[in-house]
Order: sequence, then C-alpha cells, then structure tokens
Amino acid sequence: MSVRERLSGNEAIATAMRQINPDVFAMFPITPSTEIPQYFAQYVADGKVDTEFICVESEHSSLSAIAGAEAAGCRAITATSSAGLAFMSEVLYVAASCRLPIVLAVACRALTGPININHDYSDSMSVRDSGFIQIYAENNQEAYDNYLQAHRIGETADVRLPVMICEDGFITSHAIENIILEDDDAVKAFVGEYNPENYLLKAENPLAVGPYGTSPYYMEARVAQAEAMKNAKRAILDVAADFEKTFGRHYGFFEEYKMEDAERALVIMGSSAGTAKAAVDELRAAGEKVGLIKIRVFRPFPGEELCEALKNCKAVAVMDKSEGFSACGGPLYAETAGACFNMENRPKMIDIVYGLGGRDFTVEHAKRVFARLDKIIKTGELGPVYSHIGQRDLREEVQ
Amino acid sequence: MNNNMIEFRWHGRGGQGAKTASQLLADAAFMSGMYVQSFPEYGPERSGAPITAYNRISPERCSIHSNIYDPDYVIVVDETLLESVDVTAGLKPDGAIIINSEQPAEELRKHLRGYKGRVYTIAAGHISRKHLGAYFPNTPMLAAAVAVSKCVDPDEFLKNMRESYAHKFAKKPQVIEGNLNCLAEAMKEVHE
Repeated sequence: MSVRERLSGNEAIATAMRQINPDVFAMFPITPSTEIPQYFAQYVADGKVDTEFICVESEHSSLSAIAGAEAAGCRAITATSSAGLAFMSEVLYVAASCRLPIVLAVACRALTGPININHDYSDSMSVRDSGFIQIYAENNQEAYDNYLQAHRIGETADVRLPVMICEDGFITSHAIENIILEDDDAVKAFVGEYNPENYLLKAENPLAVGPYGTSPYYMEARVAQAEAMKNAKRAILDVAADFEKTFGRHYGFFEEYKMEDAERALVIMGSSAGTAKAAVDELRAAGEKVGLIKIRVFRPFPGEELCEALKNCKAVAVMDKSEGFSACGGPLYAETAGACFNMENRPKMIDIVYGLGGRDFTVEHAKRVFARLDKIIKTGELGPVYSHIGQRDLREEVQ
Repeated sequence: MNNNMIEFRWHGRGGQGAKTASQLLADAAFMSGMYVQSFPEYGPERSGAPITAYNRISPERCSIHSNIYDPDYVIVVDETLLESVDVTAGLKPDGAIIINSEQPAEELRKHLRGYKGRVYTIAAGHISRKHLGAYFPNTPMLAAAVAVSKCVDPDEFLKNMRESYAHKFAKKPQVIEGNLNCLAEAMKEVHE
C-alpha cells in the first residue's frame, strides 16, 4: 500500500535508503545533506536496517570505503554536498572506472567562494565527467522515486556504473512537501537483491579491481566505460518503465511540459523547472505558445531525444544553475547546443546562468526569459548568447 | 498560480522556533487533506539572528519553489524585528499580520511602514509561560495563524495537533495537555 506522507527531500531519500537496506553506508556530514546519514543512523539504532554504518574522517574516505565495499560484492552508499563532493572527486573517477555501481545522494550546493551553503549545481556539474550517471529531481517525490530506481540502473549487467541522485540543496532537501511513499516490501521487490556476477572476494569468480592500465590497455578500458554509459540510456528507460508499471509514476530522460506546439522553450533542471511551469501556465492562459523541458538525466546526456523534442521550437533558452567560467556559457548549454548543432532546422539558442549560491529564481524571472525569446523571434536578433539573470541590479540583466 | 492557495511568511529569531511552527502548520494542513510546503530561508545560522520561514497551503500541489514575496499572512514571532525587518513587504492589503506583542495593534501599526491591512496581536509569551512554564512563543503563534487565516478548521486543527503531539511527544506525554491548552487559549486570545 502506498502511503500519503509529508517529508523533506532528505527524509524522503533516507526513507528510500532504509527500504533498500544496503550492506554498507559510510558517512561524513556536510550541510545540507547531513540529515540523510542522521536519519539513517536512527534507522540503524532502531534496528530497522542491518547496514554496516561506518563513520569515517572525510568524504574522500567515505567514498573510498563504499567503493571498497562495492568491490567486495556489497551494495554500498553515501551522501554528500558541495565541498564534500569536490573532496570525493578523485575517488569518483576510481569508482566509475572500476565499474562499481555505488549510489551517491547529493544535496546540490554551491562551491566556495565567497563562502556559501546554498543551492546551485556547482558541485555536481564540476564532476559531470567523472563517469557517474547523474539523475536530478524537481521535488521530494522525484528524489525518492529516482533513488528507488538508482541501484537497478547502476547494477544492470552491461552498465555497472555508479549513480548520483541529485536533489536541490535546501530547496528540496529541507522543504517539507506531500509525498507518496511506497510499501517497504514493494520497494524491496522492485529493487531486488544484488548478486554481481563477479567481485573481488568471490572465490569461484574473482575479479581484479583497480589495476594499472598501461597505454596499450587504458584506452580500451575507457572506451568500454563509454559504451557502458551509452547502455545506461536503455537501462534508465527500462527501469523507468518497470517503475511506472509497479508504482504508476512516469519517468524518462526529461519531462516535456506543454511542448506540443511550443515555439519558445526553456531547458531547465530541478526545482526551478517547477517554478518555471507556473510561468508557462500563466503565459499559456494568455495564448502564448511556450513550454519547457526539464532535464532529469544529465549523464548520460539525452542529446538525440532532446533534438527531437526541440525540433519545432523557434527559440530556446537553456538555463544553467552553475557558472562554468568558460566565458561562453554553462555546462547544460554546452551539452544542449552541441547536441542540437546537426539538426536540420535548429532553433535559436541562448544560455542564461541563474540562481547561483541560492539566489532565488521566481516565476517573474522565467517570464522575463520567455519575453526575451519572443524578442529574439520577432527581431531575428539573438543578442548576447550567454548572460545572467537575477542580479541585485536589474540593469545588469539582458532584456 | 491557483487562487485557492494561501501563503504565509514567518519572521523570527534563530532559536524561537519559527521554522518549527511553519512545519507544524504544514503538518496540521496536511492532516486535513491539503497540499503543503514548509521551508526555511537559510542565512548565517546563529542563535538570535533574524530568520524567515514560509508556508504554501493549497488544495492542489504547488510546483513553485521560490520564496514568497506577496504573502497572504505574515507572522512575527519577535516584535523587536519590527525595527529592523520590513515585515509587511509585499503583504497583501486584504491579508493580515499577526504579531507576538502585549502592545495594542494601533501602537504597533506605527512600525508597519504604512500597512493598511488587518493587524492582530497575541501575548504569546504570556500564554506560553502560563501553559508550558517557559518561553515557547511559536506554539501560540501557530494557533493564532490558524485562527486568523482559517486555513484549517479550528476544531479539526486541535484534533490534528493532539495526534501530532501524541506522536512527537511519545516519550514525554505529560507535556501534551499543556501544549493543547496553549493552542486553545491562543486561538481565543488573538485580537485585531
């Protein structure tokens, strides 16, 4: 039986972890993800899970510990944010290249400086090329649902890649909202047992983990890893289809919101997509043909599918909630524009960086972006391809 | 935005429980079948610093995740904030502000930068000390918010809170009655 509840994003993810009852959880706290291991520690104390819960001395160690546990054949997890994720960076690559399907929950938060504890995607975007699958959520329900799907995606035989389940720091992690929780047994049945074909300590079929890869072999390993990431696309859709069959909620690579006849569209991620939906509704009510695409899966990046979804648009604004310091746009823009380059009739496309360090993103901001797209269509002038929105001084914003 | 949504903004100081009150309001509304949001705005976390928390309460799920700029109701847990924070910023003229104070509403209105809407006061400190023996102003402020906004039926609210406290204070049931009496009196003692 599903249960109606009201939980924060952190408690929703901790609940999913409890229901899955992993073998090992190694933790080191950092705001705003700290509550996840706090809730989990309570489950351990209350005997609700039989997980080996290890308190370690840093994030580098927490990720190393779970990579080691996964290599030994366990299902292993942790959670972090911001500087913690940056400190894990080295081991993220190790875990991915060793093909260890650990699951890492990230409450996304800005990187310093100036010192800041609030939300943006500086942390997760900085490790986008680590080889992790990355899945993002608009709200607590999606964070929970994504987590329930994560282990199966990562553990798929021709994938075997680690998975990052991203929620928006504070905005999702600390906001209490309604949620549907699934029954413990139904979750266990859906996620299933982890029985890897081979692992470090499996006597009958052992595996060497983390060997030296000389130049004659390194590239083959990396190409195989790249193939695994391509395979992850199919696995993500397969697991989503089974999830929908089991629990009734639909997921894909992205959500198309009122895109059927949209001439103007935003490509956007996370909680801001929810806010922008309200702008779409208002403008639709006034007869404007607008819509949005909410990216759920950033790695692997659904380039072809995105082209198909954008093919009838005249102008698109890609919304980046991290500053890539490339001087020509953020990471989501680079991916989207790159994917669309070979389209027959590609839309005009701008990048707007917003919401850094918790700067609020409002319905009004989204409407201003749609107004700018309207101007681009009417005048044929693109204006600055890359700009920011939401600065304290409105005059700094490109209109 | 759906027209049946009610938006609240809470002003307090770190440690006074404004965030907890916002969560309890969400709890009460959730238990009466509504869709809720309760979220704090995080600045530097230190005891005594001004903090803001928010609620959206609606018959439908709300997808907006920005802060609230045009609230229907503002609740001020600490009246010393009136000097330093523009508590009525964006407050709807047909909404109301509820202030924890023993001063008359007309006296407080002088600090409200020309706000023309309804001003309610409640002696939350007095009520809290009477029923809980300590200064927990957030409990009476929660009841005042329900009494003024009627976002939840008052009787249903008290019934739901009994359930909520029974769960929350499972290990110290002796405080449940005091909290409920505190809520009930606060609902009567909030005045325009």
